[in-house]
Amino acid sequence: MTVINTIRGIGHRIINAVWRIGVAARFFFLTLLYSGNSFRRFHLIIKELFSSGVMSLIIIIVAGLFVGMVLGLQGYETLKRYGSESALGVMVALGLVRELGPVMAALLFASRAGSAMTAEIGLMKATEQISAMEMMAVNPIARIVAPRFWAGVISMPLLAALFSAVGIFGGYLVGVVQIGVDEGSFWSQMQAAVDFREDILNGVIKSLVFGTVVTLIALFEGFDAPPTAEGVSGATTRTVVTSSLAILMLDFVLTAIMFRGA
Amino acid sequence: MERTTLDLWVGMFVVAGIAALVFLAMKVGNLGTYNVSNTYEVHAYFGNVGGLKPKASIRDAGVLVGRVTEINLDTQRYEANVVMSIDKRYQFPKDTFANILTSGLLGEQYIGLMPGGDTEMLKNGDQIKQTQSAMVLEDLISKFMFSKAAEPAAK
Repeated sequence: MTVINTIRGIGHRIINAVWRIGVAARFFFLTLLYSGNSFRRFHLIIKELFSSGVMSLIIIIVAGLFVGMVLGLQGYETLKRYGSESALGVMVALGLVRELGPVMAALLFASRAGSAMTAEIGLMKATEQISAMEMMAVNPIARIVAPRFWAGVISMPLLAALFSAVGIFGGYLVGVVQIGVDEGSFWSQMQAAVDFREDILNGVIKSLVFGTVVTLIALFEGFDAPPTAEGVSGATTRTVVTSSLAILMLDFVLTAIMFRGA
Repeated sequence: MERTTLDLWVGMFVVAGIAALVFLAMKVGNLGTYNVSNTYEVHAYFGNVGGLKPKASIRDAGVLVGRVTEINLDTQRYEANVVMSIDKRYQFPKDTFANILTSGLLGEQYIGLMPGGDTEMLKNGDQIKQTQSAMVLEDLISKFMFSKAAEPAAK
């Protein structure tokens, strides 16, 4: 009997997961459908931009600075062996603009802003604020979900660009100011190697995709959370875990599409 | 509409983000240094392009004048056809030489132009007739070895 129960359990879990994916897809569609309203009432989006974008600024800037500094140090140690320290700028800039900027910013955004979104919406549900809205004929997806979704999609590329810019400055600080790599070759080789469309625009596209996915996961987990203290905490954990994994897996897929070693 | 401090913060955030993007585009990327629109295209056949890649630089007297846009194999001639886009500010005579050179001993390869004396200038779509292929280290060494072997032994 235990064997049958185990198989039944596995099947139940799989069906549940597929079910949730279906609900999430419908949720995404509804969010897009009702987002027209939130653009007409733009102050709602601005309020969410403040809590998800502006409040993430400090962590993004500090993390970006240190990631750039570490890249500068490690890159110098490796490039020194081949006598090509002047390529340090290229390494730091390409690493940040293509990969680390969008990915790290998205990971930080997921744990800083995504978890807050899930907890907020989960608590709204637990305290029956969402049911109250429905009673007043206010569509909770249009009023709560859509502004947060668009705030996340808008702020993600901006945060990623800031992360890359600050990171390059960090690499400059360590490489040029501290170690003493030639400043001219640091910038000029960087400019020769970094292409606007291939590298920078692809990085922006990546961060747009990450922003969509992270915010969607956070909002769906919050909306889908069981209305209990335990349920909300579980949903918050799931947001961080799922969106981090989604970012890293999507990054591989996007990189494989964008930079096919051409 | 009422202005709040919230709007100010969000505005600062958006301005900072866009400033970072502009910094990336201008200072880090090549948008500020090289304008793609004001160029003309010429092409040339090379027997061997070596390690030349698209987007390699084209230089005359060490000055960057353009970039390689495309490299493909011409199946009629079995030679590499290299398409270059050159800045419109720089005009070159029709009998210009195009050599594939290497910057430094192990550096990247680029095309060096050597202007001739023709009064007519290269136009969009023209072909550079005189070319010199990339130096391949193995060929160089084998040439050296054969010429050494051909010499009469020293007495």
